[in-house]
Amino acid sequence: MQKMKLVVVGNGMAGMRVVEELLKIAPDIYDITVFGDEPYPNYNRIMLSPVLANEQTINDIILNTREWYAENNITLYTSARINKIDRKNRVAYAEDGTSAEYDRLLLATGSKPFMLPIEGANLEGVIGYRDIKDTDQMIATAKTHKHAVVIGGGLLGLEAANGLKIQGMEVTVIHRNEWLLEKQLDKTAGKMLQKSLEAKGLNFQLKQNTKEITGKDGRVNTIHFADGSSLPADLVVMAVGIRPNFSLAESAGIYCNKGIVVNDTMQTFDPRVYAVGECVAHRGISYGLVAPLFEMAKVCATHLANFGIGQYKGSVTSTKLKVTGIDLFSAGDFGNIDDGREEIVLHDAVGGVYKKLVIKDDKIIGSVLYGDTADGAWYFKMLRDGKPIHEIRDHLMFGQDSLGNTGHQGQDKAAAMTNEMEVCGCNGVCKGTIVKAIQDQGLFTIDDVKKQTKAGSSCGSCVGLVEQILASTLGGGYAPPSTSKAVCGCTDKNHEEVRAEIRTHKYLNIPDAMKGMSWRTPNGCATCRPALNYYLLSTWPHEAVDDPQSRFINERVHANIQKDGTYSVIPRMYGGVTSPDQLRKIADVADKYAVPMVKVTGGQRIDLLGVKKEDLVDMWKDLDMPSGYAYAKGIRTVKTCVGSEFCRFGTQNSTQMGIDIEKAFDHMWAPHKVKFAVSGCPRNCAESGIKDVGIIGVDSGWEIYVGGNGGIKTEVAQFLCKVKTSDEVLEYSGAFIQIYREEARYLDRTVHWIERVGLEYVKQRILEDAEGRKAAFERLLYALQGAVNPWAERVEKREQHKEFETITI
Amino acid sequence: MSNWVKVAPFDEIPKLGARVVRTKDSEQKEFDIGVFRTEDDRIFAINNTCPHKGGPLSQGIVYGDKVACPLHSWKISLVDGKAEEPDVGETACFNTKIEDGFVYLELKA
Repeated sequence: MQKMKLVVVGNGMAGMRVVEELLKIAPDIYDITVFGDEPYPNYNRIMLSPVLANEQTINDIILNTREWYAENNITLYTSARINKIDRKNRVAYAEDGTSAEYDRLLLATGSKPFMLPIEGANLEGVIGYRDIKDTDQMIATAKTHKHAVVIGGGLLGLEAANGLKIQGMEVTVIHRNEWLLEKQLDKTAGKMLQKSLEAKGLNFQLKQNTKEITGKDGRVNTIHFADGSSLPADLVVMAVGIRPNFSLAESAGIYCNKGIVVNDTMQTFDPRVYAVGECVAHRGISYGLVAPLFEMAKVCATHLANFGIGQYKGSVTSTKLKVTGIDLFSAGDFGNIDDGREEIVLHDAVGGVYKKLVIKDDKIIGSVLYGDTADGAWYFKMLRDGKPIHEIRDHLMFGQDSLGNTGHQGQDKAAAMTNEMEVCGCNGVCKGTIVKAIQDQGLFTIDDVKKQTKAGSSCGSCVGLVEQILASTLGGGYAPPSTSKAVCGCTDKNHEEVRAEIRTHKYLNIPDAMKGMSWRTPNGCATCRPALNYYLLSTWPHEAVDDPQSRFINERVHANIQKDGTYSVIPRMYGGVTSPDQLRKIADVADKYAVPMVKVTGGQRIDLLGVKKEDLVDMWKDLDMPSGYAYAKGIRTVKTCVGSEFCRFGTQNSTQMGIDIEKAFDHMWAPHKVKFAVSGCPRNCAESGIKDVGIIGVDSGWEIYVGGNGGIKTEVAQFLCKVKTSDEVLEYSGAFIQIYREEARYLDRTVHWIERVGLEYVKQRILEDAEGRKAAFERLLYALQGAVNPWAERVEKREQHKEFETITI
Repeated sequence: MSNWVKVAPFDEIPKLGARVVRTKDSEQKEFDIGVFRTEDDRIFAINNTCPHKGGPLSQGIVYGDKVACPLHSWKISLVDGKAEEPDVGETACFNTKIEDGFVYLELKA
C-alpha cells in the first residue's frame, strides 16, 4: 500500500513530539517530511536558560539528532521556512523553493516573542528570547558589552536576566507590575523572590514602563522610561510575553482567532490540517508551557494514526522557575478575590519559606510555594483531582509527610509519593513508571532513567525528585505496579468507566467485555486482563466466567511463585490457631517432599517454601488442609491475639472472632490483598492498626479500624466505628470490604481507595445507611456462597488441571 | 539435522496458556521449553527461561503473541523470543507444527 504523506511545519518540541508519538503507535503509515526555519534539528527550547547560565551546552539540549531523522526515514529540511500552503492541491512551499505534497499537514509553528511597539525596538541589540540564535547573541554580547536590560519580570525574563548575570553583565529587570511573576506568585512570594535574586546581583525597577530605546550607530545604548529616568543599555531583551505564530495558517485561509483554532482532536477547520503547540488556540486558550503541548501531541498522534481516540480537553498547568538555587512552585488560581475562597498561609521570612494554599468549596484551587517546594506535586495532584480536603485540612500545610507515615523516619519525599503521582509534569511520567523502569531494567543513573522513561528529560526541574526515587528504589523495597488513569495501553477507558460498562452492559466474559468496549488489542495484555477478570467476577458473581488464563500465575495455580520458579504452600490456619494433628501433618508433608524451608509467616501460619510445581497437587492431597490464599488478591489472614480465653488482660474473645471472620470471608477475591486482625484489648497485640480491617476488643464491644497498611508505606488504620456484638463486627467489616470490592480500582489497597474517596464517604455508606450496609453485607455473602477450597478441587479433578504436569520428552 | 518430537495433544495446551516440556540438550542436561498457544490457536515454543532473571516464561500471562514473565513482567515475543523494548534480551525459539491433532517440536539433533 502506498504510504500517505505527512508534512510537519515546525521542527520544534510540539511538532516533533507528535512525530515521536506517531512513530510509536503507527510507524508505517506515513512518509514524513519536516520543515524547520532554524538551522538545527529539534532541540529542547526550555533548556535555553540553563545554556545561557552555563549549566548546559547546545549539544546537551538537542532532542533528536539528524541521525534520528534519517533512521526513521524522515525528510528534514532545516533553515526552510514554509511561507505558503496551497490547500487545494495540498502542497506546502518553503521560502527557498522547496515544496512538499501532503495528505495530512501538521502545523506546529510555535510562537513569537512579543516586541513592544516602541521607538527603537528595531535597533541592533534589541532582541526577544526564543531560540538558539537569541541565546548565542546574548552570550556573544556579554563578552563585549556591559549593560543589559531585560524588559519583563516573568519566568522567561528572570531566567534571561539570571543567565546574563552569570555571563558577566550588569543586569536590570524592568517590570510593570508591583512584584515579579505576578501570574505565578502573590505579592509576598514575589517580594521574597526579588530579594533572593537581588542577592544574586540582579537589579530591579518595578512599576516601571519603558518609553523608548535610543541608540548610537544603529546599536542600542540607552533605554528611557515613562517617569523620565533612563539607563545605559548595550543589550535589551524583551520578555514581555509570546504571541501564537499563526500568520502562515491565516494566509492559507485556515480559521484563526488569536491562534490557529482547533477542536478537541487538534484538528483545524480544514480536516486534513492539524495543529499543535503554542500556535494553537484551543477553547480560546493558547498555552506557552511544555506540558500542555505534549498532551496535545499525544492526542494528535492518535488521530493521525487513524485510531480516532483521545481528546484534548485543556490543561491545568503548574510552573517552576529554572533558576538554580531558587525553589518556587505555583499552580492554579491564587488571586486575592473575594468569592468565598480561603487561604492557608505559612510564612517564615527569615527561613525564606512561604507557602500559600487557596481553598474554595473544600478543594484546593491554587498554591504558591516558595523556598520549600517538595510538596508541590502533592498539592498539584489534589488540585487537579478536585479532592475534598476537610479531613486533612489541619495537616495540609505540613505536607504529605505529616499524614500517618509512621515507621519511615529519614525517608525522603520520593518515598512518600504514591505511584500514580506525577514526577515529571512535562512528560507525564508517574513515580510508578520510573520505579518500574529502574527495577525491571536495572537502571542506575539519571541519564538511564531519562532515556527509558523520559522523566526529567524536558524542563529538568524534577531531576532532583527522580534522583530521590532512584536512590530509594535501588535501596531496596518492591513497589507494586501503578494504576495510571487509563487501565492500560489497550484502552483509553479508566477503571471506573470499565466497571460502569461491565455493569450496564452486563458483560460476563472477557472477550465480550473487550469487544463491547472496543479494546485496541485482540486479547488485552498482562495488565488489563487480570483487572477485567476481577471486575467481571466482582460485578456479576456466579454469572461471570472466571478466566484462569487472565489471572496471574499465583492465583491460577493457588501457590506463590518464587524467584527460582518453585512455589510456596501456605495452608489456612483459621485465626492463626493450629493443632498438634495439623502440625504433624505439615511436618510429614515437609519431609515427604523434601521442602527446603519451613517458615512461620507474619500472618500466623506456616509456609512451605521451594515446592516444585509438579508436586503441588500431591502435596495438597497429603496435607488435606484448605488453601490459605496467601497468593491471592483477596482475603489473606486474620491475625489474632490470645484474647480473653487465656490472656489476663483480654476483654474479648479475639481468637474466636478472628476464626469467625476468616471462615465467613474465606475464598474472597478483592482488588488487592486484604488483611484483617483482631486484638482482644487496646494493647493491640495483633497489630490491628496496620491492617485493611483492624478490630480491637474493648470492654463494651469492638472498635473497627479501616485502611491500615504495613507495607512499603506504613499507614495507620482510621477509626470507623464501635459496635457491640460479634455479629455486628461481621456485618460492618463485611459491608466495608464489599464496597471496597465493588468500587476500588484493581490493585488498590483499602488505604488507596479510602484516600481517593475519603473516609467520610465510607462512613456515610457504612454508618449512615443501615439498609445499604446490610445489603452490601448480603451481596458479599452471596458472592461467597458455595465457594470451594481450590486445593481440594484440584486434587479431585486432577484430569482437568493438566497445568501441573510437566511433559517429558 | 532436524528432529521432530511429538509433544502432546493440541487440546492439552490451554488457549492463551502454555505447558512445560522437559527435555535434554546435546550435553544431556535437562532444560524446559514452554509450549504456548495463542488465542487464534497458533503454537509457539520458546526456551522457558526469561532473559532477564530466568523466570519460567510458561507461567506468565499470554496475550497477542507475547508472554509477560511472571517474575518481573518482561514482555517476551513468542515469535522471535525477543524482549519488548526498552528491555533487551532474547531467549531461544523452537519450530513447532501440528499434525493429526498433536503438537510437534523441532529439537536440535
